[in-house]
Amino acid sequence: MIAVVDYGMGNLASVAKALRFLGARPQVTSRPGDIARSQAVVFPGVGAFGEAMGELRRRGLVAPLLEAIGSGKPFLGLCLGLQLLFEASDESPGVKGLAVFRGRVRRLPSRPGLKIPHMGWNRLEKSGIRNPLLRDIPEGAFVYFVHSYYADPQEKKVVIAKTRHGLPFPSAVGDGGKLWATQFHPEKSQVWGLKLLKNFLKEVSS
Amino acid sequence: MRDAGDPVAAGRRYEREGADELVFLDITASAHARRTRVRLAREVAQVLFIPFTVGGGIGSLEEIRQLLAQGCDKISVNTAAVKTPGLITQAARRFGSQCVVVAIDAKRGARGWEVYTRGGRTPTGQDAVKWAREAADRGAGEILLTSMDTDGTKAGYDLALTRAVAEAVPIPVIASGGAGSLRHLYEGLTKGKADAVLAASIFHYRRYTIPQAKRYLKKRGVPVRL
Repeated sequence: MIAVVDYGMGNLASVAKALRFLGARPQVTSRPGDIARSQAVVFPGVGAFGEAMGELRRRGLVAPLLEAIGSGKPFLGLCLGLQLLFEASDESPGVKGLAVFRGRVRRLPSRPGLKIPHMGWNRLEKSGIRNPLLRDIPEGAFVYFVHSYYADPQEKKVVIAKTRHGLPFPSAVGDGGKLWATQFHPEKSQVWGLKLLKNFLKEVSS
Repeated sequence: MRDAGDPVAAGRRYEREGADELVFLDITASAHARRTRVRLAREVAQVLFIPFTVGGGIGSLEEIRQLLAQGCDKISVNTAAVKTPGLITQAARRFGSQCVVVAIDAKRGARGWEVYTRGGRTPTGQDAVKWAREAADRGAGEILLTSMDTDGTKAGYDLALTRAVAEAVPIPVIASGGAGSLRHLYEGLTKGKADAVLAASIFHYRRYTIPQAKRYLKKRGVPVRL
């Protein structure tokens, strides 16, 4: 079973639907026990960093998530789910993130002609580090973004793909093991998004 | 999409052809239409893997919540937002700006453009550019801008209106109303400074396919997903 973590932030239906479409058995859940006994965890989310951390704490999900990541089981953060893996965010000063990756989430630069939120299709530039999550996804593949903040990791080696919007920012990160996260929405990114989720599911079954 | 025979089938076809997003607009706003809309959102969400927006007569936070829960990515508000601008603020706060599209129907007047509501039937006396700015300030994530003057004419978007709004707001603007040729799409994105262009009839009646449109734009230097 793949746990799709529900903490009241955003639309989980489309993530679960995409996983089901690919033949997986996702369970949308906010129960710590489900996360503990799942084979893999998908951690989506849309909304504000501080509010999300508040919801995770209120539902007692911080420890189960950290345990799942620590156990080495496949874990995929999506959008806000990527940002929450970092230490803190300009969006909610003073709120501590899950701090699995070192670094901070910053606001995309705003200047005339550059629209914020960064909303729409944009290209992936793969970092050259081979990664099973991005296997067979071509350089320059278009994926779908909706965000105003981006992660600024301290260790550049966690960046497995970047994208440009005003500046180059990490659009996918990985810890070198089975922890990954994307700033874009694979469940809304048609062919290459589904390919990425399929790659993730392959890691779950291997 | 307007008047698409079977919206689910049409949605699938457009996704396969390479549409980047889909917008489902129903013009009427009866209770019957509301139920239909929720069902439509559910059915479409089952088969699409690109973002889609549902709009037309949405009037309350509860309706927005229901549609998002069915798997719709964005909702578009128009008349209700003009009547109660606080709806934009509340929806953005509760569900996030990314899912709040404010649709503006505008008609050229003596000075500038006037906002119309109720499917373009009711003049409001409000200036469209000012209203777009207020919508953005209140947390709208996108403006879906339709010119009542060019809608249905196939003579091209109202480029002056599109540019005026696109330059006035820091959020993406989608041009709508009047696309009759591929050149019109190109002009909307360049002269009109729109971030995206919406076209209905040229695709519904298969005058052009989406790949044709994208190849045309790409050849002219517009970055597109092909």
